[in-house]
Amino acid sequence: MMNSVWVLMILGGILAAAVNGRIDVVAKSIVSGGEQAINLSLAMLAVLSFWMGIARVAEKAGLLQVLARLLTPFLRPLFPSLWNNQEAMRHVVLNFAANLLGLGNAATPFGLKAMHAMQQANRERETATDGMCTLLVLNTAGLTIIPTSVIALRAAYGSQDPTATVGVTFLAGMVATMVGLIVDFLFRSLRWKGRRGSRCS
Amino acid sequence: MQLVSLLSFWLIPLFVAAVLLTGWLRKVPVFDEFITGSKEGLEVTIRLLPYLVSMLIAIEVLSASGALDALSRLMNPLLSRIGWPAETLPLALLRPMSNSGALAVTADILKRHGPDSFVGLVASTMQGSTDTTLFILTVYFGAVGIKNIRHSLLAGLLADAAAMLASLLLCKYLIG
Repeated sequence: MMNSVWVLMILGGILAAAVNGRIDVVAKSIVSGGEQAINLSLAMLAVLSFWMGIARVAEKAGLLQVLARLLTPFLRPLFPSLWNNQEAMRHVVLNFAANLLGLGNAATPFGLKAMHAMQQANRERETATDGMCTLLVLNTAGLTIIPTSVIALRAAYGSQDPTATVGVTFLAGMVATMVGLIVDFLFRSLRWKGRRGSRCS
Repeated sequence: MQLVSLLSFWLIPLFVAAVLLTGWLRKVPVFDEFITGSKEGLEVTIRLLPYLVSMLIAIEVLSASGALDALSRLMNPLLSRIGWPAETLPLALLRPMSNSGALAVTADILKRHGPDSFVGLVASTMQGSTDTTLFILTVYFGAVGIKNIRHSLLAGLLADAAAMLASLLLCKYLIG
């Protein structure tokens, strides 16, 4: 997917430059674009390092476990099919908590463990279970308290208030999560109804 | 409106304080762990660099050649009718596909319009409020060999669309 997007971007740019009679800008852009990337990385490095450090302390202080315990009562009703799969449920909650704290590196292993635990109980090996779909909805919506890289980016470009968007980002993330969960719920109920219907007939 | 900016002001200091205090009370070697963690910042930055180079060059070629202007001119009448800043359209389209690619587009917007401009605020919120749907689906389902992913792609993309729209509206009415 990114493959074609990137090739089309470059080819489109070269084509537009040729049509507009500005073919010389292509070579210049390659140099200046690369330069921008280097400067940006250097500027982001400091803020990103700070948050990575804080994330590590949060992990070692056991904040993940505390948050997971607080979240369990809210997440359990979203996964009715996992009532008898405690291991999967535990990893689902840890995955969500790690995402919330911005511990991306910790979130993925927990998420994959949850997927494996659900796959073991899956009768159709190649079809996603209800629990998998809901877990993926939570992950693709990616709700997080501190959007680390955005703060670093804003600081790198000299923002007066790099954290200005933290509040609205969390709210927008909540909206995305809700919409995802509602779509997921509708599809699950449709499928359930479809199955019951076919059994009756 | 004040509540949200108050939330932004307090959230970060309180979060940092809570993390450090908990770690300290639980006898975690806070300083050493912080140093270990911040080294990861360096790794992440290095890992990000090739993506930033590739995307920023592509964006630079697109904008210097006049292709981006043409696209904006084309889309502007439609988007301005619903109050959507045309500059953020490429970001909204790229966000579900590539995290680092979208980050590079956000960087480009912040550089051109300023991080504290309305467009800059919207772009920052769009970048932060959702995750890379296609990448996550590939990794998670790939890891356990699922081929029929049912409605999860649709749910993920609709959530992304909701995040984009919510980012715009929340910035407009709460902090813009």
